[in-house]
Amino acid sequence: MDSGRRGTGERPGRVGVLALQGDVREHVAVLESLGAEVSLVRGPAQLAEVDGLVLPGGESSVIDKLARLFGLREPIIERIGSGLPVFGTCAGLILLADRIIDGLPTQLPFGGMDVDVRRNAFGSQVDSFESMLDVPQLGEPPVHATFIRAPVVERVGEGVRVLARVDDRVVAVEQGVLLGTSFHPEVDGETRFHRRFLEHVAHVSGS
Amino acid sequence: MAGLIRQPHAIHERHIMTENTTGSARVKRGLAEMLKGGVIMDVVTPEQARIAEDAGAVAVMALERVPADIRAQGGVARMSDPDLIDAIKAEVSIPVMAKARIGHFVEAQVLEALEVDYIDESEVLSPADYVNHIDKWPFTVPFVCGATNLGEALRRITEGAAMIRSKGEAGTGDVSEATKHIRTISGEIRRLQSLSKDELFVAAKELQAPYELVAEVAERGSLPVVLFVAGGVATPADAAMMMQLGADGVFVGSGIFKSGQPEARAAAIVKAVAAFEDPKAIADASRGLGEAMVGINVADLPAPHRLAERGW
Repeated sequence: MDSGRRGTGERPGRVGVLALQGDVREHVAVLESLGAEVSLVRGPAQLAEVDGLVLPGGESSVIDKLARLFGLREPIIERIGSGLPVFGTCAGLILLADRIIDGLPTQLPFGGMDVDVRRNAFGSQVDSFESMLDVPQLGEPPVHATFIRAPVVERVGEGVRVLARVDDRVVAVEQGVLLGTSFHPEVDGETRFHRRFLEHVAHVSGS
Repeated sequence: MAGLIRQPHAIHERHIMTENTTGSARVKRGLAEMLKGGVIMDVVTPEQARIAEDAGAVAVMALERVPADIRAQGGVARMSDPDLIDAIKAEVSIPVMAKARIGHFVEAQVLEALEVDYIDESEVLSPADYVNHIDKWPFTVPFVCGATNLGEALRRITEGAAMIRSKGEAGTGDVSEATKHIRTISGEIRRLQSLSKDELFVAAKELQAPYELVAEVAERGSLPVVLFVAGGVATPADAAMMMQLGADGVFVGSGIFKSGQPEARAAAIVKAVAAFEDPKAIADASRGLGEAMVGINVADLPAPHRLAERGW
């Protein structure tokens, strides 16, 4: 589905970054460097205007609470259900999973991706790390990946493609137009995942 | 000195890592980047930590006494009891920070051994060294340090701080010092941006900070690490004002658990920080919170009791 859609020449449509908490600025910078028109999503009206959504890194339990508080939870679930391309990093991957392991008792994901994701799977901050990952779908060079109190994918449903592993644990997945990584390409100058997300957006919005 | 010069640049390196690398500048600064737009709350018991997490804190600061009590009770304030830190870590799943005294590198070693997520080398505790701050580069755990101006912030970053918080006057409920210091830091950054390249050498001398770091700040128009505000924040409006003044997030110490309804106030401050540009949402968050902490006017504090003046 990517063929013929590489490059940044075409307008991929307007994309939003969920801007409730987390590393919003870094995602906006990468998306803008790829030529996308980017807006911040803090409420339902802003969500209605975007053709794709990035769920940033941050604290997943806080983003969940704020999404409910600002009336975004139901609209986001609805948009994901009707085919909105979404890219989630770290906390964003947790929010995109159908099931969270080790979440707060009251914590809920938006869901959409048929995976189980374990929160803080590598331990506390002293266990956070950088690594080089082979991601065959992205080709060379390997991906420089930063894991910050990162989650891992523990169960992968049918129709979910595993894009990357670290120490045999699944850390990047894709299901249709939903893309999720345990790590933060947005802080490492790595643009290929965002480019892939924009390709999904361009494909769906049919530009 | 070699360490000071080499390590700030490690973040830009793109060498091939053969295995997983912990404790790099990228990894240390990264956690602070994920806390942006959030509220970090002081807690002194596991019960308070639970309330903070349920209210939407992005992290908690585990300590034995909040600054208002340190101020009231006096005496030497030190690192918290390891049992207390363990109990708070066991209670919550969000990051747990803890304070070490300025210059007390062994307290920092202990906190790293306890696997806290961030160490605050803090003027709220009694300094252990009136000359040197901790050399923070050798640690795997990241550090946050206070600053009242840009030079102080850059010296802390040179020593390895991965996050800066502007200092307010902790434990007072008076936000005026926090306002002054975030304005000072942002103003000095704007001034650097207006200088020509040859003027930056003198600016570095005046700021008592390395030229490379000063040039980097002038180029990007911000610190190379996340900047939070701390000290004296007591209401949702205080917190939102700090965000409008350019803070990446807010520390709230005594302001929550020294108030009438900590649960409601904690959630209200979280909401106000997320919606800091929306006066209606801030108004909404400000309703029905009961009494704010009583507070002390900073102007009424005799100089030896002003915590923000500790550190250099």
